[in-house]
Amino acid sequence: MNPSHQPAYGVRLEVRGLHKSFDGQEVLRGLDFVVEPGEIFVLMGPSGSGKSVLLKHLIGLEAPDAGEILINGDSIMTPEIAAKYRMALVFQSGALLNSLTVGENVGLYLREHRLKTPAEIARIVAEKLADVGLADAIQKMPAELSGGMKKRAAIARALVIEPQLILYDEPTSELDPLSSVVMGQEIWKLNQRTGVTSLVVTHDRDLAFGIADRIAVIDEGRILAIGTPESIKQFKDPLVEKFLKADFKRETQIKSL
Amino acid sequence: MFDNIGQVVLLFWRTLASLPVAWRQREKVFEQFFEIGNASLLMVCVLAFFIGGVLALQTGPALVARGLPSAVGGIVGIAVAKELAPVMMAILIAGRIGSAMAAEIGSMRVYQEIDALRTMNINPIHYLVLPRVVAMAVALPMLVVFAILIGWFGGATVAAVNRHMMIPYAAYFGDLRNMVELKDVANGVFKSFCFALIIGTVSCHQGLTTMDGPRGIGRSVTKAVVNSIILIVMFDYILTRMLLH
Ligand SMILES: Nc1ncnc2c1ncn2[C@@H]1O[C@H](COP(=O)(O)OP(=O)(O)OP(=O)(O)O)[C@@H](O)[C@H]1O
Ligand SMILES: [Mg+2]
Repeated sequence: MNPSHQPAYGVRLEVRGLHKSFDGQEVLRGLDFVVEPGEIFVLMGPSGSGKSVLLKHLIGLEAPDAGEILINGDSIMTPEIAAKYRMALVFQSGALLNSLTVGENVGLYLREHRLKTPAEIARIVAEKLADVGLADAIQKMPAELSGGMKKRAAIARALVIEPQLILYDEPTSELDPLSSVVMGQEIWKLNQRTGVTSLVVTHDRDLAFGIADRIAVIDEGRILAIGTPESIKQFKDPLVEKFLKADFKRETQIKSL
Repeated sequence: MFDNIGQVVLLFWRTLASLPVAWRQREKVFEQFFEIGNASLLMVCVLAFFIGGVLALQTGPALVARGLPSAVGGIVGIAVAKELAPVMMAILIAGRIGSAMAAEIGSMRVYQEIDALRTMNINPIHYLVLPRVVAMAVALPMLVVFAILIGWFGGATVAAVNRHMMIPYAAYFGDLRNMVELKDVANGVFKSFCFALIIGTVSCHQGLTTMDGPRGIGRSVTKAVVNSIILIVMFDYILTRMLLH
């Protein structure tokens, strides 16, 4: 059996009454939702609406002011949680370690936790980098990569963890349309193959409606709408409609001098 | 600067508590160790030579004029071993290495690399702080032994060539041997070990608590160096008092 393809059973993620303020500024104002095991849940919302802050809470990097986050019923703030469940966050910026090569970054988790022999780690790293189309970049330093390549390397680093819950912060924001489609397929394939619970934050409407089991739209730290892609399309709320249908139109009338 | 002394003590305590994993992190310890050595060996030599030299220059002519040429070797020997080499080298290393540690960890903090480590369940204290503090605690005492020897030699050279002293090398080192005991050297080396712990912990702490984006890195670096130097000078007094019999 190929050890890197062991099934990772998705976990159930439950968020209850989540509040967070930074120096008096309320960023999250009472979020409640559940992501079922194995689901692909897409979170959309305008810039600055608190999506990245929410993801940091979901993986335990930030402590909420009020409310709780439960992974299969266990609070994320308990110290044992990290040993009990495998979770990964793909940062918006990638957050690769700049002092290590791409390959070392991807192998970091296995190396630091002594989970595999160096030879096996090298094989897994090459495989995961090939999965995201970065096989040639293994010896490169993060500073030598483009924004989109950094993000793909960060995804490879998350895949190595074989997570039961994976959080993507704008996985396609720096990719060209073609790579975005490939990325969407990879997110979907990973979810199908391993059953990992996937939460994707994105502004990319094609991606959202292409892969989501359910979509939530948030604004100013509150959920405006939540449901299947079809129900979100039908949703009658001026803000949600505007956000989902906004389109760039070139001024067709050029006033004559 | 004392508003976060509690945090520094806590970080030091956690680093001590993580010592059992030091062996697992030995590669990073060696890496840091060689970085410290590479970056500072030449500077240590130059600095130590001139410290010994100027000390001989300041004390020598007056001693010789009073008919005490045999005291020069002893005075330079003791002052360099017990006080000047440990303190000056610690200050040098705080400026050269402590600043680099605070900058590196600070930038890792700002660019979310430390958050990324935490999401991978990798403890930043094990991964970043422990190797640096251990490498520092080994490297600085070694550099100080080196600095003491070079400092003595600097004093000897000045004592030999300065026309107010003209003390031959053999006589100088003979006087030095009569006056300086091994425990004086051990005393200085022990102090430098304590200073190394201060520099490592303070610098890593400043790096880890960097805030407000890239501009915060500069502030962390400055605070790491200034706070280290203040603590070095304060602990120098405390340790000297403790070691006084
Ligand atoms: N550490 C922090 N300290 C203070 N304020 C913060 C902090 N992190 C985020 N904020 C604030 O929280 C709000 C939401 O930020 P967040 O990064 O979650 O937005 P976002 O929805 O991810 O936006 P984008 O789509 O542009 O990435 C912003 O107004 C931001 O200024
Ligand atoms: Mg964001």
